[in-house]
Amino acid sequence: MQRHLISAADLTRDDAVLILDTAEEMSRVADRPIKKLPTLRGRTVVNLFFEDSTRTRISFEAAEKRLSADVINFSAKGSSVSKGESLKDTAQTLEAMGVDAVVIRHGASGAPYRLANSGWIDAAVINAGDGTHQHPTQALLDAFTMRRRLVGRDAGLGHDLAGKRVTIVGDVLHSRVARSNVDLLHTLGAEVTLVAPPTLLPVGIGTWPCEVSYDLDSTLPKSDAVMMLRVQRERMNAAFFPTEREYSRRYGLDGDRMAKMPEHAIVMHPGPMVRGMEITAQVADSERCTAIEQVANGVSIRMAVLYLLLGGNEPALTNTRTEEK
Amino acid sequence: MSKILIRGAKVLGGEPQDVLIEGSTIAAVGHGLPDEGAEVVEAGGKVLLPGLVDLHTHLREPGREDSETVLTGTRAAAAGGYTAVFAMANTFPVADTAGVVEQVWRLGREHGYCDVQPIGAVTVGLEGRKLAELGAMHESAAGVTVFSDDGKCVDDAVIMRRALEYVKAFDGVVAQHAQEPRLTEGAQMNEGVVSAELGLGGWPAVAEESIIARDVLLAEHVGSRVHICHLSTAGSVEIVRWAKSRGIRVTAEVTPHHLLLTDELVRTYNPVYKVNPPLRTERDVLALREALADGTIDIVATDHAPHPHEDKDCEWAAAAMGMVGLETALSVVQETMVDTGLLDWADVADRMSFAPARIGQATGHGRPVSAGEPANLTLVDTAYRGPVDPAGFASRSRNTPYEGRELPGRVTHTWLRGKATLVDGKLT
Repeated sequence: MQRHLISAADLTRDDAVLILDTAEEMSRVADRPIKKLPTLRGRTVVNLFFEDSTRTRISFEAAEKRLSADVINFSAKGSSVSKGESLKDTAQTLEAMGVDAVVIRHGASGAPYRLANSGWIDAAVINAGDGTHQHPTQALLDAFTMRRRLVGRDAGLGHDLAGKRVTIVGDVLHSRVARSNVDLLHTLGAEVTLVAPPTLLPVGIGTWPCEVSYDLDSTLPKSDAVMMLRVQRERMNAAFFPTEREYSRRYGLDGDRMAKMPEHAIVMHPGPMVRGMEITAQVADSERCTAIEQVANGVSIRMAVLYLLLGGNEPALTNTRTEEK
Repeated sequence: MSKILIRGAKVLGGEPQDVLIEGSTIAAVGHGLPDEGAEVVEAGGKVLLPGLVDLHTHLREPGREDSETVLTGTRAAAAGGYTAVFAMANTFPVADTAGVVEQVWRLGREHGYCDVQPIGAVTVGLEGRKLAELGAMHESAAGVTVFSDDGKCVDDAVIMRRALEYVKAFDGVVAQHAQEPRLTEGAQMNEGVVSAELGLGGWPAVAEESIIARDVLLAEHVGSRVHICHLSTAGSVEIVRWAKSRGIRVTAEVTPHHLLLTDELVRTYNPVYKVNPPLRTERDVLALREALADGTIDIVATDHAPHPHEDKDCEWAAAAMGMVGLETALSVVQETMVDTGLLDWADVADRMSFAPARIGQATGHGRPVSAGEPANLTLVDTAYRGPVDPAGFASRSRNTPYEGRELPGRVTHTWLRGKATLVDGKLT
């Protein structure tokens, strides 16, 4: 394992499988009457959130607390950051208080990479979503969910997602979830197809290890999992698509479309869902939709990541400072 | 009258000769010139060039003296072998009146390291709506002949047309920063494979190329000349080549960094590589080199853009755009153009002195190294090779993308009208 978790692309297949297997262990903690492990006792983790994201922050917080870490929540709103303090000063201030790991959510792509590689701080850095770049723990929890559903909870242990066909639908251009998933699913041997209107696919996508399609209906029958991405209504004001209704008609998942999927196939959504836009209530509330499971699995995955980065084989305190040249 | 004898210098890269400076003028060029009463500089086979001329420098004064001043910027220029720089108008206040351009011009003269020729803004406040008093700036003591809203594009086609037409009255030239604003909203780096992966807002080549295409057609229509700042894409090269083949009076510049660096460097998210226009691809770099070699691109201009450390020591999106360049430009040109065999030193003299002086009408600069000419000269140790050390920069800022990179060539001496501004690599 690396010392930081910045991008899903940094994980090897064995790293990723180890995280998924560890997360299965962690999930058993949730089944106990006392949902707590002593692993990170005495270690301090800060959740440094420059963007509002209640779900991700709470998920990390739950994971940290179940591992007995001391947790500090730092929200940029109403803090010194809103008064012009730099990322560097904020991070150094927190580290001066004795932080072992920084979980960072930031609106600027690359902010976690800078934090980990600029020599500003020594703490381990975990990317909780940066701009339109990466959201590696989301990709891990998605892979975890797929492995459980498509391979099996016990049968999946030690295995990847070889041969599984995953379709990701929606605003790929602005999506860190899509980027992280393409990287990780490829590493795990899955076949990924991205489906979106051409306006919501980045120029330069040709080198990504996946297929690209503009046609949802033709990909559904060939999918073991269909992941719907949130599409913000405001996008239509920048001419990415004409109207919400047209988007829904062409790229939304409703009951009729879901019926075209194979029996075993699942519907996934990273949340928050925009019901009536990319997904109908009928689909969102169906048995096949794993949105709620994904949330539960998110805690297990984040426990596994924290455990492996901080409490695992490589103690964070003995690590040397990495300077960027 | 003071005499300096430069002995054994390869003038424009030719056979070693002696060059005698008397006062502010080159008195003689030849073999075995007498050293009587002269201070002798042993050139020992170094290359002697006409003093370099930079058509695109940001000196930041007035307004951002924390990043550069006319004094520190002209010292950096002298250290890089320059004897004249054109100072861009995007200061605070903007150089859109006779008063501001005269202030900058006077500061340059007072400090005496390098002639400073202010560039006037095309529009009031660089806002692209109302023409600045171009005539008043031309008639001022600064004698402005180059006008640019650099940093911003004159995107309104009618304003651009009028500016091109208006400056014909005094043979001025408009230097366009070609960047279609709508296509570059939120743009952070070249749009392509790397931006798709990094999730940084894409800056498409077409945003530059579409403006260049429009402006060469406008220049043709109204019979004006137009200069294109920091051309950065292979497509832009094609458009300028086409325009020149039609006889359109267009000139173009390329920066040293666009001749060497590509957008692959952005993978580090280190904002030292953040610049406007953005670093492009390998294919673009090679097209730019070829275009500079065949004359499609007329000149090298630094776009020297100093920024204080805090504006680069941050996340990519929050960082300022720009790189310092005056003190490394000649080395990068040697690395990318001379050592690759694309240009010889006489060509370098053309691209970095003769042609920029001609485009900007910098009197007394960009002249041949021959008797009777002003003694604006630069002596270069072309055999040198070593790492770039920003700590040694004369510029107030350190935002160089070359820190630690080995580059060839080192300017050892610079003379401005016979007065040494740089001796043995040290500013006077």
